[in-house]
Amino acid sequence: MMRLLQRRHDLVCQQVVELVSDYLEDALSRSDRKRFEAHLRNCPNCTNYLEQMRATIRATGALQPDDLSPDALQEFTELYRQWSAEGPSGPPVGGD
Amino acid sequence: METDAELLARLRSGDEGAFMTMVSRYNGSLLRLARTYAPSDAVAEEAVQDTWMGVVRGMERFEGRSSFKTWLFHILMNRARSAGGREHRNLPIGDVEPAVDPARFDAGGAWAQPLGGWEADADDRLVAASWSSTLRDALGQLPQRQREVVILRDVEDLTGQDVCEVLGISEGNQRVLLHRGRSRLRSMLDAELAARGR
Repeated sequence: MMRLLQRRHDLVCQQVVELVSDYLEDALSRSDRKRFEAHLRNCPNCTNYLEQMRATIRATGALQPDDLSPDALQEFTELYRQWSAEGPSGPPVGGD
Repeated sequence: METDAELLARLRSGDEGAFMTMVSRYNGSLLRLARTYAPSDAVAEEAVQDTWMGVVRGMERFEGRSSFKTWLFHILMNRARSAGGREHRNLPIGDVEPAVDPARFDAGGAWAQPLGGWEADADDRLVAASWSSTLRDALGQLPQRQREVVILRDVEDLTGQDVCEVLGISEGNQRVLLHRGRSRLRSMLDAELAARGR
């Protein structure tokens, strides 16, 4: 009976893949985290899946924005001079 | 490298060079975010330019409670909201969208076929030039709200809480959007890896 109850609370792979982000964001409850990690210990497929998600996040974090062209930089120099000459006027931008 | 706080201190004393360093550092990041909602590059560039104007005019009001970068994104998105370009605070997120195609699982919810790992060198290959272009395309295909959250959380490395504040969404919505976005990116990369014969 205990074993049956235990089984019923085990996560299946299809549930695990939906919890991966919350796991990585440390947003799972203690008990869900335990169930998640218990599943991983016995499931090489979900372990691979988690690794793929980690690799995806690392690669996403390595994306560089485009560099600014010298022309655009020059334009900003002129804008800066104009804005600082005008002083802190214009619509409020709000605090942080 | 000079910190943002040091740059800001110089900017407050009227140092033009500090402003140009800031622009070089963050203009690309601002443009990437503006392009998620702007109908054209010209509109995105104008929004980013207005953001920099907001920095020059509002720098005395910045108290350093958030990071400078977060403040920049804040100005941009506030501007987007007030211009009506982006109006969807906490709208319902829509139908449940599974992280993985349900056909990949058997009736009991276990993987129907073994899921192979990406090769050990996947990390290096993923960040290599060819992978970053695949990922860039994949990011461009994400729905707007998922893309915004993934850009701020995973590309720009803001905290989850800062992402919520910048976008004006709840923590729950933020996590759902992040999960869907990341899951889609993984699945697009996986398909690309398979197509290239791994």
